[in-house]
Amino acid sequence: MVTIYIEGEAYTVKEGQNLLQACLSLGFDLPYFCWHPALGSVGACRQCAVKRFKDEKDLRGELVMACMTPAGDGTRISINDAEAAKFRAGVIEWLMINHPHDCPICDEGGECHLQDMTVMTGHNYRHYRFPKRTHHNQDLGPFLNHEMNRCIQCYRCVRFYHDYAGGSDLNALASHDHVYFGRFENGPLESEFSGNLVEICPTGVFTDKSLKAHFTRKWDLQTAPSVCVHCGLGCNTIPGERYGKLRRVRNRYHHQVNGYFLCDRGRYGYEFVNSTQRIRHPLQRTAGEAIPIPMTEKEVLDLAGTILADPGKVIGIGSPRASLESNFALRTLVGPDRFYAGLSDSDFSCLATGCNILQKGPVPASTLQGVGLADAAFILGEDVTQTAPLMALNLRRMRYRKSARIASGFQLPEWNDAAVREIAQLQKPALFIATPYPTRLDEEALRTFYAAPDDLARLGFAVLSALDPEAFPMPDLKDSLRVLADEIAQALLDAKRPLVITGTACSHPALIEAAANVAWCLGRKARAAAFALCVPECNSLGLSLMGGHDLNSAFQAVREGRVDTVIILENDLYRRADTETVDAMLRNARHVIVIDHQQTATAAKAHVVLPAATFAEATSTLINNEGRAQRGYAVMPAEGQIRAGWRWLRKLMNAAGHIGARSWFRLEDLAADLVKDMPVFQPIVGLDPKVDLPTPGGKIPRQSHRYTGRTAMHADIDVSEPKPPADEDAPLAFTMEGYDGPPPPELISRIWAPGWNSEQALNKFQSEINGPLRGGDTGRRLIEPAASDDGRYFAMTPPAALSGEDEYLLVPIHHIFGSEALSMASPGIAQRAPRPYLALSPENAPAKENERVRLRVNGRSLDLPVKLLPGMPVRMAGLPVGLPGLAKLALPAAVKILGTEKNKKE
Amino acid sequence: MLTEQEEKDIEAVAGHYPLKKAAGIEALKIVQKHRGWVSDETLSHVADVLEMSPTELDAVATFYNFIFRRPVGRHIILVCDSVSCWIMGYDTIVNHLEKRLGIGFGETTVDGRFTLLPNVCLGACDRAPVMMIDEQLYGELDVEKIDKILASFE
Amino acid sequence: MESPLTQNIRPDISPLNLPEYEKAGGYQGLRKALTQLAPDEVTALVLESNLRGRGGAGFSTGRKWSFVPMGDDAPRPKYLVINADEMEPGTFKDRLLMEGDPHQLIEGIIIAAYAVQAGIAYIFLRRAYVTAGQRLETAIKEAYAKGYLGQNILGSGFNLDLYLHVSAGRYICGEETALLNALEGKRAVPRAKPPFPPVVGLWGKPTAFNNVETICNVSHIIRLGPAWFRDLSHVPDGGSKIYGASGKVRRPGAWELPMGVTIREILEEHAGGMQDGLEVRAILPGGVSTDLLTAKHLDVRMDFNSMQEAGSRLGTGTMVVIDDRTCIVGLLSNLMHFFAQESCGWCTPCREGLAWTSRILKAIEQGQGKLEDIEHLKRHTRLITLGHTFCALAPGAMEPLQSALTYFEDDFRRHILERRCPWR
Repeated sequence: MVTIYIEGEAYTVKEGQNLLQACLSLGFDLPYFCWHPALGSVGACRQCAVKRFKDEKDLRGELVMACMTPAGDGTRISINDAEAAKFRAGVIEWLMINHPHDCPICDEGGECHLQDMTVMTGHNYRHYRFPKRTHHNQDLGPFLNHEMNRCIQCYRCVRFYHDYAGGSDLNALASHDHVYFGRFENGPLESEFSGNLVEICPTGVFTDKSLKAHFTRKWDLQTAPSVCVHCGLGCNTIPGERYGKLRRVRNRYHHQVNGYFLCDRGRYGYEFVNSTQRIRHPLQRTAGEAIPIPMTEKEVLDLAGTILADPGKVIGIGSPRASLESNFALRTLVGPDRFYAGLSDSDFSCLATGCNILQKGPVPASTLQGVGLADAAFILGEDVTQTAPLMALNLRRMRYRKSARIASGFQLPEWNDAAVREIAQLQKPALFIATPYPTRLDEEALRTFYAAPDDLARLGFAVLSALDPEAFPMPDLKDSLRVLADEIAQALLDAKRPLVITGTACSHPALIEAAANVAWCLGRKARAAAFALCVPECNSLGLSLMGGHDLNSAFQAVREGRVDTVIILENDLYRRADTETVDAMLRNARHVIVIDHQQTATAAKAHVVLPAATFAEATSTLINNEGRAQRGYAVMPAEGQIRAGWRWLRKLMNAAGHIGARSWFRLEDLAADLVKDMPVFQPIVGLDPKVDLPTPGGKIPRQSHRYTGRTAMHADIDVSEPKPPADEDAPLAFTMEGYDGPPPPELISRIWAPGWNSEQALNKFQSEINGPLRGGDTGRRLIEPAASDDGRYFAMTPPAALSGEDEYLLVPIHHIFGSEALSMASPGIAQRAPRPYLALSPENAPAKENERVRLRVNGRSLDLPVKLLPGMPVRMAGLPVGLPGLAKLALPAAVKILGTEKNKKE
Repeated sequence: MLTEQEEKDIEAVAGHYPLKKAAGIEALKIVQKHRGWVSDETLSHVADVLEMSPTELDAVATFYNFIFRRPVGRHIILVCDSVSCWIMGYDTIVNHLEKRLGIGFGETTVDGRFTLLPNVCLGACDRAPVMMIDEQLYGELDVEKIDKILASFE
Repeated sequence: MESPLTQNIRPDISPLNLPEYEKAGGYQGLRKALTQLAPDEVTALVLESNLRGRGGAGFSTGRKWSFVPMGDDAPRPKYLVINADEMEPGTFKDRLLMEGDPHQLIEGIIIAAYAVQAGIAYIFLRRAYVTAGQRLETAIKEAYAKGYLGQNILGSGFNLDLYLHVSAGRYICGEETALLNALEGKRAVPRAKPPFPPVVGLWGKPTAFNNVETICNVSHIIRLGPAWFRDLSHVPDGGSKIYGASGKVRRPGAWELPMGVTIREILEEHAGGMQDGLEVRAILPGGVSTDLLTAKHLDVRMDFNSMQEAGSRLGTGTMVVIDDRTCIVGLLSNLMHFFAQESCGWCTPCREGLAWTSRILKAIEQGQGKLEDIEHLKRHTRLITLGHTFCALAPGAMEPLQSALTYFEDDFRRHILERRCPWR
């Protein structure tokens, strides 16, 4: 700790900061633009000027930029100094020279950092009387608007997009007062993190295009703390609603998880909540009727009473995208023995393997933040950019951190962004990527290795052997593999925080075991190793921990006539198993009840469909890939007959005379039963913040104190303003009234502070810049390393051989846009998703790019255009996962190319 | 498409740098020597050879005064517009050039012979007013001299 | 009076080739440095000579070199970069040295590289100096052929590769750290200091950085000694200086004179005084980024300290002479237009402030000024100073403006009140 003096008063601050960080952490209001907590300082905008004095006797002092000045012991500054204040106002005046009078029509208005800083400096009179410079705008794709006239040239956009996120198609062009931030030509921004520009840009240059389609001011949004549902990382979000529609999703800072950023899938994938494909009423489909008919609630309950009368013949299929509560409710209804996990075969075994590793092994699951702190990382099999995008963003920090360590040798602090990057140019971090095909993160890797999943696993075992030859001798290892394995092993051993990353992407449990071996060996050698398991969906881990039989057994049970009724919770089985099998089950079961919010292929064949609430309409708990239980709060009340899945199941249970749900009036009642039944979930009781708020009712409002229109909003239905709907599941209210002081961290519904209307107000919520939120990190980890360690390793399974000369091994290729179902309902995401293709190596592809081929795999024929993928191993082919129009296949599998457009063999 | 020679020259100069993309400016100068200016298409091809994105290369190209991203004439006239030449009669020189050629700054004569551009101090202040045409410096200019000089270019 | 820098330069400025240069005593300094002196001894000699940087900043050259980390642990490769991007308006001295005696520069480079143990050197040449570029390329080839460049120079074990890099054209490239970025193939935006280039420079490695004229002195200092060099000068700063004059003087040109001659001597003895019918009204002593001096200052010495005391700077030492029939407001408008256009666009005060002052001055010059404009101009000179901006370009732009407002505010008022330029 060091002492600095501000206006003559002494303050103790953490060592190593710059003055801007220190002042903000202490709660002072100092304006800034180009500095950003994640991007560090460059000193370009000159907005944060303060007066610094040599000592007590120095009365004149000199202006310095707070962001570029170390807060060293004994530093004396004045923020209120007249010259400094005049200079800061002058900077705003300069920025306003060219800034258009757009506020009333600018999307940023009301949450604009430029507005806030202008007010903060006191500048208010325009002396400049000459014309303003103007620019043409570009079409940057479905996610971002471009309005360059508003630009204040803070350079944050390119520093985030190019420097931090590794994007190459946005840059600063031209110079002097014509500087332009854009692309070489019109076209969608290529980076998967482009959407963060809406929060990075301090004015309205880059704004959310999806919001523009249904624009609402920030102060008019109803918001709540939520969790992203589009992958297994569980990034924290703040979605915003108005008039019953979700309008947008913004980042919610979590020190251990997502930090300041979201990926584009998480930011723009929310339109499924508003989709016309929503199921909004209970529906019944009788035999012979093509169109289902709506049911009243009474009809539903009556039907339930009949169908569920014989519990022994009812099974339930849970979902990795449904909440813990809804899955538990289904399990309670059907009983643990008749509860099935709605996962593909490979996901089922991969997740079971993964959970086993996390629970039994000596190495902890890495937090997402921890990924960014690793100084050596070995990725085995997973294309993280597509399956766990924020993890890829954090891995890109490895190069910066390595350079920062070198820079500290020159007494340069980590926040001196330009200096660290100067050193970083020629550094490659100790990142090793072994995947079936080239990935976008490869450009950051020291070494890459492309091979079939079995051979990737073999590499994993080779690394274990290099780490501990006695524990795992591999005498027949090929030389080239041994050399690579030795290099990886050495880098991991030399590191202070080695990290092993794997996941379900290759659909190969042996690969996960091989990765675990490496992590465990490092842990057993007293290294601070961590293990990151990438899982596909927002509650994959939750469902796996809950148990449940594999889906095949469910299919078998129906096939063998042991089952009458199948209840399917928020799941499209056609994404889990092949078409014929699912067809058969849905055809043979007497009653199929689907509880879901989207019209899926499964729901289209159900006899009864019940409208489930989405994450936006029901408070729920999800378990992310590190085993962190997090609670996402409803943003808006569920409309009409839409209910949380567990609430429908409770109604069904009550109607059927099942006593299990009797006491479940509120979410916490269900949670109490859940933890009693399955102790692994015990920590979730800690998710309820202990709030002791002074206002009667003790609730935190979801609406800002400037929320408008509530008395007129429902006037078309009833002139009298209705009572705000009650929320039994959360200490939050669907209203403006309530406690308006600082909420506990898990209940932060909006990032706002007096004078700080934009997301930059976050600095008021953090205990220190870049630190946890005041009150601590939210969520609770369920799994920590086992106390005892038996020292064993997973055994190596012999590799499968390809059968024929002309066969390829077909592996799944994941896409951030396209492989995940819910986000595809957003038009922008669907636009960015690829059409189905077959990826082949250019070295031996039998057809040219875009020419079609016919192939045979899993006993079925497919017809697809070819995409040449340089780097793809020659005996392999790739098929994109989850795209519309592609049926589910069990991959990896052998595939034979039957013929091309040109010469058909068959 | 780049010619084989251009690609060879670019690869050669890229070998002098620890990072290929650092040769961006040099590469643009090479193609501009052959083509007079750098079109969007040319820029994309150069970017490909240097394993960088066209946007990254354009960020560098648009910063520098002598990378021309629009077509130019066969000869580039650079008129020094800095202080010493301004004192010594820049206005007269420019008026005459504009009249004689029928174009203003940033424009090219209809016959494609000359492009007229201003330039910061050419470093020959003792011979002001000064202009350069292509690689040749002309000092102590007056109206007659200018006419003679222009006539010598095709 | 000795003129070591220009003694070999012929009246038609045709360059000496290598044999001619050696015959005139060239590469003797190099031989002495590499065979008789250790690297830090070379630096010590240069420090003792009181050689100050000739690019405009005037920092002690020997001291600058001493900041480069030496010893086996120092990061490698180390670089030496020569700033031959002479673009300061009114300046034309480095052109003379490079066109007239390229080997003098090369010899100085090799000695300087030896002193800091740099293995790679670059000459960063402005694009307009085509002739200098051709002559330097020829001289470099000759030097390699003779073994003065390359491996194991003169059997000393010292290796040096020298490259000529021609800029793509921008004034800011003359700024030390922006030049490094240009060499790295980037936009020439300056870097913040610390870190300083001797420690973290080109590609993050230790880099020594000097102006052409500065380096041209080095071989002479080594050959003839620091005392000799100090004695060339009228003032404590050592050496001779290339001074110049342009504007409406009888004989514009450049001359090598002892450091510290007066303005009057340059103007009247060497430049021949003003043209017929004209009086000197103001002087930009060292390029356009220096404060104006007036006819009252003619007896001030042109050295770093004397200039500073008089309220200006030596800068590049080539003066622009402003006669009494040239409009000061027009002059400032020309200057500010230059600065605003050459701004790299990184920091707010330069990017926006220079454009604003440029527009104000154009308006005043065209008779469309307002009295409040003068206050805005003055405010800019107060707000835009060193430390307030990211680099020295904008503060440099304020120097002529603030001095014009100090000495010639009336000119501005007349334009505004008479709504026209009284000088036309």
